[in-house]
Amino acid sequence: MGEAARRKLVWLGLAVALAYLALYATAWHLALSNPRNIVNGTQAANRVIEHQAESMFSLLGLYAANLLTAMMAIITSIDALSGEIASGAIQTLAAKPIRRWQILLGKWLGFVLLLTAFQLVLDGGVMAIAWAYSGYIAPHAGFGIALMWGEMVLLLTLTLLWGTRLSTLANGVLSLGLFGVAFLGGWIEQIGALTNHPRAVHAGIVASLIMPSEALWRRAAFEMQSPLMSAMQLGPFTSASVPSIAMVVYAALYTAVALAVALRSFATRDL
Amino acid sequence: MLAIETEGLSKRYGTRVAVAELGLEIRRGEAFGLLGPNGAGKSTCLKMLLGLARPSAGGGLLLGRPLGDVEARRRVGFLPEHFHFQDWLSGAELLRLHGRLYGISDAVLGERIPELLARVGLEHQGDKPLRAYSKGMQQRVGLAQALLNDPEILFLDEPTSGLDPLGRRLVREVIAEQRARGVTVFLNSHLLGEVEVSCDRVAFVKEGRLLEVHDLRKMNGGALEVRVGIAGGEAVIHKVANEAELPRLLRELIASGLEVSEFTPMRPSLEEVFLSIVGDQN
Repeated sequence: MGEAARRKLVWLGLAVALAYLALYATAWHLALSNPRNIVNGTQAANRVIEHQAESMFSLLGLYAANLLTAMMAIITSIDALSGEIASGAIQTLAAKPIRRWQILLGKWLGFVLLLTAFQLVLDGGVMAIAWAYSGYIAPHAGFGIALMWGEMVLLLTLTLLWGTRLSTLANGVLSLGLFGVAFLGGWIEQIGALTNHPRAVHAGIVASLIMPSEALWRRAAFEMQSPLMSAMQLGPFTSASVPSIAMVVYAALYTAVALAVALRSFATRDL
Repeated sequence: MLAIETEGLSKRYGTRVAVAELGLEIRRGEAFGLLGPNGAGKSTCLKMLLGLARPSAGGGLLLGRPLGDVEARRRVGFLPEHFHFQDWLSGAELLRLHGRLYGISDAVLGERIPELLARVGLEHQGDKPLRAYSKGMQQRVGLAQALLNDPEILFLDEPTSGLDPLGRRLVREVIAEQRARGVTVFLNSHLLGEVEVSCDRVAFVKEGRLLEVHDLRKMNGGALEVRVGIAGGEAVIHKVANEAELPRLLRELIASGLEVSEFTPMRPSLEEVFLSIVGDQN
């Protein structure tokens, strides 16, 4: 942990997070702080529409924050193991009286703690801004953030897994590539559901089975949007095809298996 | 108990044979050199001894325990050929990190780290970040790291690569000191002079195979040739049975009235032995 804290990268990450939050707060201020009468009607009707706008804006903020966290998780960790193995720095560590799994688990924990802190600042910041401006709090926020955290841990675990065998560059390409597959698959599934193309939905589900990262976000988005929006399928984050809880459990198991495989892979690797 | 023993130790990477059936026996307290050209498999052998790589075949014992055993590693020190580390740490912090990995208490480290830094000539650089260190300084801190746990075996892989003469002398002195304390030293090198000066026994390796093992202390015990130069004439080669005969030969030459202008015993150098062993095997 101390090692990562010393890196300028962490301060950069913090700066990025704060810059994003500042931008988000500005956007909120400009778009939503002076509610105008959107429809000629009762104040209650306007309030409903405002509420939907707040919900959508909140989700938007969290969506971008989630993407930012995902990129952060991948980019900061692709070199962690690959780089040390390539340079030989890992040799003096592995020659010590510690087991290989202790080395890998230590790195994993360090990154989890660091990225959790980053995510809390970012997601907490988004929700704090929403609440500060309009008192809005997303429903099931705790569960939603937990799912987003799960996505971060999944991405991190996978980059460390690839890192036990691949170079930094190959690791980056594979990690971002898989993330892209999931991302695309998620939208294909949504569009397929909206336009009633079951095969597209299946393709999307297959993509989620290969890489469950996007499925975790979409479940989180589902949990955290206003019930009215999801019932009427308004807004870009409503899910026509919502990942089931079974998919969430699958993602958790997937992560656990990935970690176990990573530990084993590192234990048998010639350094 | 032998410090290190191996039998049939082999390592293959795909179709390439890095080490083939290496059998070594290294006694406790001796300084043992593994000498061979680059690519001979010296580093691979070392990695297998330290559990960094798994043998494809064969095995061995390190301090009586199988290769790869964690507890055996607690009692050895290792300086790799290219010592890399997290360069934002300072020298002292790096030593503290490695010391903790050995399981050494902070109290002991508090005393030992300044001593080691002083021993390798870095007593005033301990708090600077490693990225500010020169290559020579980095190698010195690596040497300090290898001595942290007061090891029973010291593994050095090309320890003088990139060092200036002062650095090379430091390495020689450290090896001599450790030997005097009864520490076993395992030295990988392609530099003959280094091995000649520091080691008791030398194993010649080439293309992954052990060719011969020589005892350096005994190498000068046998027959010698002596180059005798006569003033105004050509040099002649005489032979003696051993070193003890040299004074007798000189007395005889002078007594026979020769104007001896040069008397040079030609001791077989390690270089000649090396070339004859390693060079011929094609």
